[in-house]
Parts: sequence; C-alpha cells; structure tokens
Amino acid sequence: MSDTNNQAHPLLRATGLTRRFGGLTAVDAVSIDLHVGQVHAVIGTNGAGKSTLINMLSGEIPPSGGSIAFEGVDISRWSQPRRARAGVGRSYQRTTIFHSFDVLENCRLAAQAAMQRPWAVWQAASACSGSLARARDAMEVAGLANTAHTLAGSLSHGQQRQLEIAMCLATGPRALLLDEPLAGMGAEESERMLRMLERLKHTHAVLLVEHDMDAVFRVADHITVMVNGQVIASAAPEAIRNNPDVQLAYLGEAPVS
Amino acid sequence: MNIPLAAAGLHQPLPPSKTRLLPLVILLAACLLPMLLSEYALDLVVKIIIYAIFALSLELLVGTTGLISLGHAAFFGIAAYVTALLVPGSGPGAILLMLPAAMLGAGCYALFVGALSLRTQGVYFIMVTLAFAQMAFFIFHDTGIGGGSDGIYLSSRPAFSLAGIALVDLELPRHFFFFALGSLAAAYLLLAAIQRSRFGRALAGIRTNEQRMRAAGYRTYGYKLAAFVIAGMLAGLAGFLMAARTGVVNPELLSWHESGAVLLMIILGGLGSLRGAVLGAAAFILLKEFYSSEAIFAGFAQHWQLSLGLTMILFVAFLPHGLIGLSRQRIWNRKQSPAAQGGAHV
Repeated sequence: MSDTNNQAHPLLRATGLTRRFGGLTAVDAVSIDLHVGQVHAVIGTNGAGKSTLINMLSGEIPPSGGSIAFEGVDISRWSQPRRARAGVGRSYQRTTIFHSFDVLENCRLAAQAAMQRPWAVWQAASACSGSLARARDAMEVAGLANTAHTLAGSLSHGQQRQLEIAMCLATGPRALLLDEPLAGMGAEESERMLRMLERLKHTHAVLLVEHDMDAVFRVADHITVMVNGQVIASAAPEAIRNNPDVQLAYLGEAPVS
Repeated sequence: MNIPLAAAGLHQPLPPSKTRLLPLVILLAACLLPMLLSEYALDLVVKIIIYAIFALSLELLVGTTGLISLGHAAFFGIAAYVTALLVPGSGPGAILLMLPAAMLGAGCYALFVGALSLRTQGVYFIMVTLAFAQMAFFIFHDTGIGGGSDGIYLSSRPAFSLAGIALVDLELPRHFFFFALGSLAAAYLLLAAIQRSRFGRALAGIRTNEQRMRAAGYRTYGYKLAAFVIAGMLAGLAGFLMAARTGVVNPELLSWHESGAVLLMIILGGLGSLRGAVLGAAAFILLKEFYSSEAIFAGFAQHWQLSLGLTMILFVAFLPHGLIGLSRQRIWNRKQSPAAQGGAHV
C-alpha cells in the first residue's frame, strides 16, 4: 500500500492531458500519477488513446492541453531527448532495437546518451567505460548478460523484447513508460518479464500499457481504464475488477474468479 | 580487446587486425607512384585522390548517418570558387589562407543548407538538398560573381612558403600529388576516428533508428547538423584541390551531375565503408577514363556515359554491397575455410 506522503509527491504527474488530431480527441483530459514503488497499468481497447498518452508523456508528440510534471518540475514543453536525459524512459510496442548492432552495443549506445561528448572524436566509443558499465548492468537486469555479442537482429522475439527494456534501463530512467512489453511473448518469457517488472518497481515508477489482463492484474498496483480517450475508472485492481462501468465498457462481462 | 565486430557499424562483419593496416600499406605504396608514373597518369591519380576525398565526405552523410544528399557538389564547387576568387593578382596565393577559407565557405553554406534541410526526412531531404545545390549553381551560373557560365581561371596555384622558401608549391606535380595524398590521409583518418568515437556511434544509431536515439536522450538534429557541416567542409577540401589542380572553376562543379556522380561512387564502392568510398571513387574515375578512351573505343568513346551507365547497372545488380563487399566476402570465406588456414591474407 502506498503511503500518503508518496501519494502527495508523485514522480510523474500528468494533469488534464489532452491530444486532438483534427476533429478527433484521442486523449481527453487524462490525469495520471506515477509513484516510485508502483506499477500503474493503463488498459483499454485498441484506439482508447493509451499509446498517444505514452507518446505525450515521453515527449514524442506535444499535448494539445494539460500539463506534465516530473519530480515537481513542469516538463510539458521539454523535448523528448531532454525528458529522456532527465529520467523519463520509454519502450516501444514495436521493437525499436538496432538490428545490425550486437546486444552490448545496443545497450551501450543507449547508455551513452547520458555521457555523449560528441566532440571527443579521438576517443573510441568502445573505451567509454561509463556507458559499458551501465550497459552491462542493464543487460544483467533484463536477463541478457549472456548474449552480449549476439547481433540484436538474430535474437528470438522474446529476447528482442527484453533488449527493448534493457535499452530503456541503460539510459538510467526513474520513470518507465512501457508500451505493451509482453506483446507476442510466450508464457515463459512473459513470466520472466513480469518478475523483472516486480523487481524494477521498487526503484522505478512504472507505467504499463498492456493487453494481457492476467498480467496486468498480477503486477499492477493501480489501474486506469481508458475508453475513447477518457478515463472511466482509476483505482486499485480489486476495485477495477468489481467496477460495473469497467465490466460493461471494457471487460464486456463480469470476469471469472 | 573485446570490441564487438558489429560495433564497427558494418553490415557484414569484417575480420579485424589482418586488414587493419591495409590503408597504411596502400598509402605507403602510393608514395612510390610519382617515381613510376608518367605525368599524365600521375594527374589521373591526383584526380582519383580528389574524388576519393569528395566521396569520403559524402560517405559520412549517406553511409554513416543515413542522410542521402543529392546536393553535395554545392560544397565542392563553392570551395573551388572561394579558392579561385582568393587568388591574388600577383604571385601564388597562400595555402594556409586559401584552404581554410575554402573549407569555411563550404562549411558555412553546409550549415545554412543543413539547418533547413534536416528538418525534412527521406525523399524530401533529397529534394531540398538538390534544390539548395541548384540555387548555388545558378548563383554562379547567372551572376557575375564567378565569371558566369564560363567560370574563372586561376592565374597561379596556391603555395605554402616559409621564410621565402616554397615548401609546398602546387605548380609542381609531385608537390601537388603529395599534398593531395596527405589531404586524403588526413580526411580518412578523421572519418575513421569519427566512426569509432561516441559521435560516430551516435550517427550510426541515428541511421538505424532515429526515433530510438531521441527516446534514449540524443538531440539528433544537432548530431545530423554537425555531420552535415563536417561533410560539407571535407567536400570543400576536395573542391580546393580540384580548383588548384585544373586551374579553372566553372558552375559545372556545382551541378547535380557532380552530386550524382559522387553518390554513384560510394554506391559503387559499397555504402557504410570508408574503404568502399575510396575504392568507388577510383573505380568510377578509371571506368570513365576507360570508356572515354578513343584508343580503345574509337568513335564510341564519345558515348562513354552510356557504357558507364550500363556498367553501373551491372555492378549494382551483381554486387549489392559494392566493390568492398566483394573483397570482404573473399577474405571472409578464406578465413572460414579450414583448408585455407595459414594462407596469405590480403
């Protein structure tokens, strides 16, 4: 259970976030708090605005309205790279790894973002011990320590999804915005990923967009349900499970068990 | 050293160490050329060297960063014009002044073009770079700045003198050859250093997936602009040498034919490889020389563009990784087959 102090100071807080595409309001006045120690899941049907929400939080697209605060600072107008360096990390639904690089280099390059020094052309990137150390840590956490020199493109789908997370971790984020990290994963791989999420939440604030309801109800500490860009419910998992609006609008019927 | 092979940023892993010294060996061998070649052949080698620098500069954009520019000749030509315009009325101009000025002129235009064109992507980027190059072309073609469509002749070639002694006099073919060779070595070295540096790795990341680089925290626009300006300045180095070599500049240096030719060179050589760029420049110039030789093709020599074009098509069809892909494949195969163990490596 989160204590009240924690509730009062979310790591990331979005207030009244809105995004319009022409006449369509993809995200409509959504407010959401992310706390360290919590997995905050956002669920909803396709087109509910979940990915648009993540894209606004990470800075990929500017919001049409509302504000985003990170560690109490308004970051609404910050570019995506700036937010990333400040500690807002994200993973993509569609794997965005560098296929022609090996696993270590994928993670190292992500870690290098925190120590770019682009003018130091006389120094080899492979000698950048800071980024190498961070990369190896991230690979360890994501369970990829043994695949350092495997080309990312030749990893299995599940491992590529792990690499996607590892690259996000390598940037040293405090908030993790994970867009369907379990997409296309087998049962065993999903299990591994969920265990990793449970470990990560102790040190990170996690936003999880996910379609796998069993996984969501297992790891989430708080669930926000979106329908047509609006939040129809936001509460602890048990309350969500028993919420008649959610059952009607999203789950379709009362869930078993 | 545990440098991952793939970290070299190449599509095909290159067996390390055995071929790492190859460029140095070629450089040393090239130093012997003035003793072996006729003046005509030496001039041809100088031409290859100049285009190799030009091709290397474009390789930084296309092969390393993934930015396909169809207006790269603008920087080449502007530097050539700056060189020509700075030739003093009497006596040779100073290399120490003219070369930096030429590269700076090219760099400034690259900063301007890059700042605007890098806001676009893909085919729009190609079109915008082409448009800016055409703009520069017509400025020199239609105004009196650089003598209009006829261009300007250089009354003397630049030199580098110290205490009244001309240490480098580009009027002398041998001096010119070594100066050009040194320039190529310097450009190659700089780009090789960039490729293995953090800057170069970030550029390779941008080529592969720019969105991911932004998500990791890179301001990719700044990176691309820096690469664009460096590429423009190196093209300027080639432009300076070109003006000094031919002793004449004209708007053709900025034409889109020239931009297209240098793009063909790096494709011919193999994208993603500095060696490929040098090899491609050499192959392109030699093929052009071959097909336009009346001694071999008689009357058909005037249709060299047709022969060259058909050859290009064949190359692209049968060597998708360029000439460098061919050599790499051979070395690689030999290395992997146990029967060839202990055999000589190139």
